[in-house]
Amino acid sequence: MSTTTPNAFYDGDRPLFHLPEEPHHPEGHSTMLGFWLYLMSDCLLFAALFAMYATASHSYGGGPGQHQLFELPLVALNTTMLLLSSITYGFAMLFMEQGKKGATLAWLAITGLFGASFIGIELYEFSHLIHEGATPQSSAFLSSFFALVGTHGLHVTVGLIWLVTLMVQVSKKGLIQANKRRLMCLSMFWHFLDVVWIGVFTFVYLMGVAQ
Amino acid sequence: MAHAPIPPTSPIFGRLTLDALPFHEPILVATFIGVVCGASVVLGLITYFKWWGLLWRDWFTSIDHKKIGIMYMVLGLIMFLRGFADALMMRAQQAMAFGDNAGYLPPEHYNQIFTAHGVIMIFFVAMPLVTGLMNYVVPLQIGARDVSFPFLNNFSFWMTTAGAVITMISLFIGEYARTGWLAFPPLSDINASPGVGVDYYIWGLQIAGLGTLLSGVNLIATILRMRAPGMTMMKMPVFTWTALCTNVLIVAAFPVLTVVLALLSLDRYVGTQFFTNTLGGNPMMYVNMIWIWGHPEVYILILPAFGVFSEVVSTFSGKRLFGYSSMVYATIVITILAYLVWLHHFFTMGSGASVNSFFGITTMIISIPTGAKIFNWLFTMYRGRIRFELPMMWTMAFMLTFVIGGMTGVLLAVPPADFVLHNSLFLVAHFHNVIIGGVLFGMFAGINYWWPKAFGFKLDQKWGKRSFWLWVAGFYFAFMPLYVLGLMGVTRRLQHFNDPSLQIWFEIAAFGALLIAGGIACMAMQFAVSIRDRKKNVDLTGDPWHGRTLEWSTSSPPPAYNFAFTPVIHDNDAWWDMKRRGYERPTTGFEAIHMPKNTAAGIILAGISVAFGFAMIWHIWWLAAVSFAGLIAVGIGHTFNYDRDYHIPAEEVVATEDARTQALAVQG
Amino acid sequence: MSNVALHKRLLVRAIMTRISFSGVRSRALAVVAAAGLLPLVSGCSSAVLNPSGDVAAQQRDLIIIATVLMLLIIIPVMVLTVLFARKYRHQNEDADYDPDWDHSTQLELLIWSAPLLIIICLGAVTWTSTHRLDPYRPVERLQPGRQIAKDVKPLDVQVVSLDWKWLFIYPEYGIATVNEVAAPVDRPITFHLTSSNVMNAFYVPALAGMIYTMPSMETKLNAVINKPGNYEGFSSNFSGDGFSHMDFRFHGLSEAGFKQWIGKAKQSGRALDTATYLKLEKPSEDVPVIRYSQVAPGLYDKVMNHCVAPGSRCMRDIMRADAATAAGKSEGEPSMPMHMEGAGHAGTRAQAEPEARVMRLHGAGLTPPGRDAPQQMSADAARSQRDPATL
Repeated sequence: MSTTTPNAFYDGDRPLFHLPEEPHHPEGHSTMLGFWLYLMSDCLLFAALFAMYATASHSYGGGPGQHQLFELPLVALNTTMLLLSSITYGFAMLFMEQGKKGATLAWLAITGLFGASFIGIELYEFSHLIHEGATPQSSAFLSSFFALVGTHGLHVTVGLIWLVTLMVQVSKKGLIQANKRRLMCLSMFWHFLDVVWIGVFTFVYLMGVAQ
Repeated sequence: MAHAPIPPTSPIFGRLTLDALPFHEPILVATFIGVVCGASVVLGLITYFKWWGLLWRDWFTSIDHKKIGIMYMVLGLIMFLRGFADALMMRAQQAMAFGDNAGYLPPEHYNQIFTAHGVIMIFFVAMPLVTGLMNYVVPLQIGARDVSFPFLNNFSFWMTTAGAVITMISLFIGEYARTGWLAFPPLSDINASPGVGVDYYIWGLQIAGLGTLLSGVNLIATILRMRAPGMTMMKMPVFTWTALCTNVLIVAAFPVLTVVLALLSLDRYVGTQFFTNTLGGNPMMYVNMIWIWGHPEVYILILPAFGVFSEVVSTFSGKRLFGYSSMVYATIVITILAYLVWLHHFFTMGSGASVNSFFGITTMIISIPTGAKIFNWLFTMYRGRIRFELPMMWTMAFMLTFVIGGMTGVLLAVPPADFVLHNSLFLVAHFHNVIIGGVLFGMFAGINYWWPKAFGFKLDQKWGKRSFWLWVAGFYFAFMPLYVLGLMGVTRRLQHFNDPSLQIWFEIAAFGALLIAGGIACMAMQFAVSIRDRKKNVDLTGDPWHGRTLEWSTSSPPPAYNFAFTPVIHDNDAWWDMKRRGYERPTTGFEAIHMPKNTAAGIILAGISVAFGFAMIWHIWWLAAVSFAGLIAVGIGHTFNYDRDYHIPAEEVVATEDARTQALAVQG
Repeated sequence: MSNVALHKRLLVRAIMTRISFSGVRSRALAVVAAAGLLPLVSGCSSAVLNPSGDVAAQQRDLIIIATVLMLLIIIPVMVLTVLFARKYRHQNEDADYDPDWDHSTQLELLIWSAPLLIIICLGAVTWTSTHRLDPYRPVERLQPGRQIAKDVKPLDVQVVSLDWKWLFIYPEYGIATVNEVAAPVDRPITFHLTSSNVMNAFYVPALAGMIYTMPSMETKLNAVINKPGNYEGFSSNFSGDGFSHMDFRFHGLSEAGFKQWIGKAKQSGRALDTATYLKLEKPSEDVPVIRYSQVAPGLYDKVMNHCVAPGSRCMRDIMRADAATAAGKSEGEPSMPMHMEGAGHAGTRAQAEPEARVMRLHGAGLTPPGRDAPQQMSADAARSQRDPATL
């Protein structure tokens, strides 16, 4: 079984069993991969919720459906908030790369505000629906709607808590390597939630109303 | 259902009252006394020998993958005793409950037992054993010093343990689910199962499932990122390959379980309509989703066992593994197909002929790569020099037993055959045939194989052989009668029978269970005797079996840092290759080694999770809120700890390695 | 190198002959094994291997065919395992030892193609038999070589699994029974099945394979009994505390015997009206046989639609309203197939009626069987709705 082996592993013809220089795994070198794997599993979590919604989306239990319940302008506003938060997070990352702590923190704060208003609008929408009698208990459609949108909302809430934590950590410790890595992870998480939301917006709201 | 009205919940204790304690169940009272006595003895001994500090520092808070691996194995073996006790009780009940004899277990108790047996054996025995073995072996096989995320590893272990603890609490406080191990609604919904049993089921699995998922992420990252230089994907040991595929399956399957259990709990706690009979709810969606997790779960368990057999066959035949690449591709094909077969678990729920045929045929296709694997092991033995040590004996038992299970499995994949055999004892015999004959025998082979690596001495042969023969004979006695009963149309989960002619078969099965009990006792003896005679069976070489993969190149047990120098790999039998090419172990030039620090965050978080789960089960809302807040606070607090690693000083490495040099010199 | 190649070729040839040899042998073995197992099992109470209905008999045959096909590969593997283990044990110094031999393209081809061939055969058998023995498909013969007379209409039996007993309704005769069901020998039977509360499975091993009964859904089972007799039937899906005693008797009767059996119910003078049903529906165990001479019209349909209790709205009506809601229309307008309909292709069950298609919004295997065919129940339903007494 002779295969092509990089020459670095040979000393002339003699195979090396240890490298002269000990290979070094820098701290956190697999964090991004690990976090990405976690996001993939999260993606499947949403996939299962989407599947649940798809099968239940017309089981109204005799109650109201998408047409009667969804208010697109409100959801459009909500979507805008989340998209803007993704952009502002991007700015934060740009300043992080330049090592500008103050600007990074400022953009993170703005991101947080957008995220919080997203959650606020969503909670308003939920309370409005429940007030109208369209509760999670009313029908399989509403159960799966609240589960899908609510799970996304929970993720954003977790993201907000994480964001605040990171802001405290950055302001205390500065833009050290560990914090940069954490900001990168949160960035992936935040954009991931954005992508999921685009799915929710299209699949649940737009396709629900526009048929 | 026939149930007492739900008592009003108290703000302090939720629905937990003194009635939840099973004073009226003599079996449980006796068990409780036994457990209390046993636990006091263990705790007393630990206190007497002043081991608490040692346990806490060196084990509970350890982030060393080897120690976590061993703790997983211990968890699996302890839970195995519980699961097996359930099995014995079921066998006894079914052997006696005929005609006028109602047996000794009323349905409401019997139904909990078979549910708990299934859940415990899969989630808290098979999973910890498999995860433990992967945790211990994979980093060593790929020449790494630890996993990618050592803290996460510790956390995952403790979350699995927390799930097991919650499941065990149900034995003495309240009840466990009486629904079967997958808790299908509508039977598991709040109307049909108003008690706490299903809630124990849900929270035990949710908490353990989180641990499993994170450990899956961790091991994938480890295998992809931490391999020693030169180890390309196609030079990874087969066990590592199977571990990779298993963890891919875990990451891709467990989120679905999380969702489906979460939706079931919403139905139960909030009154949503996911799986209800009315207002659009659809129980079929639960059945589909849980099997979309459930079928890959089967392969999550069996693939690492296949990996163990590959290592063992090759090592004990003194020969390269036949068809390495076809072995790898077979594993990958099984991984992918695992997602395309879930519907074969419910052919009988009225799906169309084309749907049933499709899923039947995809199921059969899985037997092709599996068959190829069996042939590969067979031709590895061909022209080898086979040493029948214990791991190889378990492997032989596997090869002869597993093919029967595989055959009955393919038979069940033929939908019209499944129409008569579904839910029968034939099915029960089939999956025990593959899980005992495949997974469990694989774990036993693995334990016997890697024990000397973990502890520095071999396991006792004599008791090992006794255990082996009792186990194998016990398996055949216990499950062949179930095949026969299944072919007579006897269905499973029955607590009482009318037809007296069936009784003899159940008695044979009960006898088989007793033989297995003997096998377990001998295995316990094997461990005890080996530990007592550890000086006699000591192995100083670190390579007692003439191993082929990297874990055998380091000392037994390996030092905390595994390898003083990261090895370079030229061949997929890396250590075999090194030995053959005259590898000499370096004795100088050691440097300080960078390692992660221990942390108590994992065990604390898991402890709070138990409190949270318990509070949710019993509707103790204040405790649920407090413990949930606690979880978040501790979790955030942990991220403020930036001081997570240290260096093992060069002197310590030198001392450790010098000791090994001397030990090897003594050995000659 | 050439030596190794030669060895390989020899080995392949040896294995080929061994496999083909043991193929013949294993077929013989299988027959012996099956023959040995059959009386052993049927000596007791094996309804599965020794059934009395044509469907179950075909299913039994399939088990044997599939087993024999698989033994073609299983037996050689087991034999080779033992042979190799014996021959290459380390005490046997005479045996060849070739520690580096780890590849042979021919062998690899063989070990992948041998199982593949078996699975191709088995797959073909599976495809055809699954379609032929689809429980939804009316039986096409009485027994091998015996056709169904043209004028024979299948016997309709409506089955409801209750906690924990079985209710059988005979719409043709207007009677119902609990925990006992009967059918004339050699008359095809069509069971319509549903459940009141949790899932069960209806299984008479002597007659045909099982089928689940599920609340708010309907499944179907077609079968025929060929021999008169008193057979056991039971629930084969765990359904709670009373599950172990959820059994019933299935009687295969002569034409005259069946008339008599119907007559017994007719004479019972008990009526299964809504109130009686609601009482019967409550959990109970070990229920003796009960016969009813009258059944409330459309009772089965209402059980399936969860509207037996006075004042409750039928699932069917709810779903009809939902379909209208989904199409963005108010209730009552003719509904159109909705956009999700494409996902339901795999469910070949429903006929092409547009209304039937409306309900088929579930993907492969997800279709709750009762929901995809509102057409077939609508006739009964319409009748019952016209009758104000049943509302």
